[in-house]
Amino acid sequence: MDLDVVALSRAQFALTVMFHYLFPPLSIGLSLAMVIAEGIALRTGDRHWEQLVRFCSKLFAVNFAIGVATGIVMEFEFGTNWATYSRFVGDVFGSALAAEGIFAFFLESGFLAILVFGWDRVSPRVHFLSTLMVFLGSSFSATWIVIANSWQHTPAGFHVEGEGAMARARIDDFWAMVFNPSAMPRLTHVLLGSFLVGAFFVASVSAYYLLRGRHREVAERGLGLGVVMALVSSIAMLLSGHHQANVVADFTPAKLAAFEGLYETTEGGTGLYVMGWVDEDAREVTGLEIPGLLSLLVHDDLETPVPGLDQIDDDEEPPVLVPFLTYHLMVALGMAMLGLSALGALLLWRRRLFATPWLLRAFVVAVLFPYVANQAGWVASEVGRQPWVVYGLLRTRDAVSASVPGEQVLTSIVLFSLVYLGLGAVWLFVMNEKIQHGPDDEQGAH
Amino acid sequence: MDLAVFWYVALGVLLTVYAVLDGFDLGVGILHLVARDDRERRLSLNAIGPLWDGNEVWLVTFGGALFAAFPEAYATILSALYLPFVLLLFFLIGRAVSIELRSKHASPIWRAYWDVSFMLASGLCVLVFGVFAGNLLVGIPVDAEGRFVGATTDLFGPYPATVGAMAVALAAVHGATFLQLKLEGDLVVRVRRAGLVALTLFLALVVAVTVQSLVLVPRALAPLTAHPLLVLLPLFGAAATLVVLRSLATGTSPRWGFAASSAVIVSLTALFGVAMFPHLLYSTEGAHLDLWQASSSVATLRTMSIIALIGSPLIVSYTVIVHRVFAGRVKLGKYSY
Repeated sequence: MDLDVVALSRAQFALTVMFHYLFPPLSIGLSLAMVIAEGIALRTGDRHWEQLVRFCSKLFAVNFAIGVATGIVMEFEFGTNWATYSRFVGDVFGSALAAEGIFAFFLESGFLAILVFGWDRVSPRVHFLSTLMVFLGSSFSATWIVIANSWQHTPAGFHVEGEGAMARARIDDFWAMVFNPSAMPRLTHVLLGSFLVGAFFVASVSAYYLLRGRHREVAERGLGLGVVMALVSSIAMLLSGHHQANVVADFTPAKLAAFEGLYETTEGGTGLYVMGWVDEDAREVTGLEIPGLLSLLVHDDLETPVPGLDQIDDDEEPPVLVPFLTYHLMVALGMAMLGLSALGALLLWRRRLFATPWLLRAFVVAVLFPYVANQAGWVASEVGRQPWVVYGLLRTRDAVSASVPGEQVLTSIVLFSLVYLGLGAVWLFVMNEKIQHGPDDEQGAH
Repeated sequence: MDLAVFWYVALGVLLTVYAVLDGFDLGVGILHLVARDDRERRLSLNAIGPLWDGNEVWLVTFGGALFAAFPEAYATILSALYLPFVLLLFFLIGRAVSIELRSKHASPIWRAYWDVSFMLASGLCVLVFGVFAGNLLVGIPVDAEGRFVGATTDLFGPYPATVGAMAVALAAVHGATFLQLKLEGDLVVRVRRAGLVALTLFLALVVAVTVQSLVLVPRALAPLTAHPLLVLLPLFGAAATLVVLRSLATGTSPRWGFAASSAVIVSLTALFGVAMFPHLLYSTEGAHLDLWQASSSVATLRTMSIIALIGSPLIVSYTVIVHRVFAGRVKLGKYSY
């Protein structure tokens, strides 16, 4: 059997990282929601805000543990399946990962213990600080991994020594590596995407209770918090997304061309496809195009063309269909989240939100939007970077572990798929049980 | 100061701290079925409940530091030991999930399933760790390009298996001394008894591993003959074992008992480090990797040293804070597992 180790390793990485990425965004976003809610509870002494936090902390714990377990897989997967990549970037990438472990993981895991289990062991103020530490720790951990991943897209602060299989990236400037051109914009984007998950999650569960007339006081506060958090994050996301697309245009133009389905550089201004389909063989896009809009977004004028894939060497071209579709899906969902949260905020202000069933139902379902948008965005970004694993320096196909035969990778993919399928099912089951059980009301009233 | 040597030692410290901390989590898991009814099993789980996740982070940090400081070794070892690593990851996932899910549903079948899963996953984790250590000591079949040129079954040979079994026994002992601090009543009597059984097995296996090492890994004992003072390490471990024995047998001085089982772990990991130094990988084909060949640039090692300098007091204080907040006997509450 002649198995394509590269394809299998890529498939396994995609599977493991996408499954992992179901959990950290909720850790970040939900911990932020808890910080806000607990802050309000401390300030106002309102018991219902406290009940909201206590309830959220139970959901948080399960989610966090699975996030850690699936995250350990990622840390070792660089070495097991991508040994050549590890040797090439270790000098640069490794210190970001070590920083993540030392500065972020200990912070979040340590104080998580107090957040989840320490309600009756520490004062309310110390508990609030612990919640804050968990939020900061999880955000800080996102920081380092996004810095490391961004370095793959816009490498900086290094030089290359050696050639071929012995080539190594060696660090010149740690801070140049950390603040590589795409790191901060992408980090902002990732954090906002996580805040959206937290916001819509709290809103969804709260809306669910309101539709059933349960846990009114807690749910009203939760929905209010979720809607406001979602609105602020969506607006910020609009700005962040725009900024980031400009960074992509400047530093990785091939990726932008893939996102926008730009095969040919246009004579004058370049249009933007609102939606469409890509025929990769015919190198054609069919869809709804707004003329000149892409030029406007990238160059601030309607005339200057945006470079297409014709300006990229044939053997350096990324795939187009997948980045195009996932990118557009992400943007569409982002717009939907903005619209939904704006509507929710408006009705909240008018004190009509809690009595508008169709909108409540929309919020229940909308928890899926940020999850799908996050995954779509990552797929667009990582597939759009192909054929490179480090842009312009190392090709994905050259980066796999030379010593691992295809049969072993096939075995591990099958095992991971089975285990993660089971894990996903169990996670949904437990989350649902907790949500059905609901927060513990003081008088047991529903 | 040779930064590469410093980081070799630092990695050893990270690994040792991990072994001492998660060692008792995993040991509690191995002993889990000594607890008989639902309440006892919950006590056992909650003894490590708030602590195990933070303890596991030491492994994550070890992995990150290995990648950063010795990327050549990280890449070669992980890809050469591919399937054992994948198995380790599954067992770690299994342990985490078993703890989280076990009490989330009232059904006795559900709980029994996750109880057994918790025990098996914990035990298998430790077994695989020991298998790794044994393989690293005796040498892995990798060539000069870092390619694995043996059969996967080679990795589960008699020497690694014995080291693995020894590790499992020691983890059980360590779990027992920990539980002695956290539990009371008839349960702790049974735990102590199980701990003594594990201690007996451990001693037998230590002898077995020592004999095998003399034959199969003579270079492991070379440092002891070159620097006779190093023999204090195994002596220290032996003395600590006696303290553990006394504590488990009489049920007194539980704090000393736990400190002593920790000391046994430290002495063994130190001996492992001494045997391996200055190599990170021994190859049966002669393609060894020493720490200077495997390390990243001085610039990176310097950066990491600064990170470690700033980070160490922080991580030590978080660990101490959390362990102190949750010290004392286990009390089941609204938020317990």
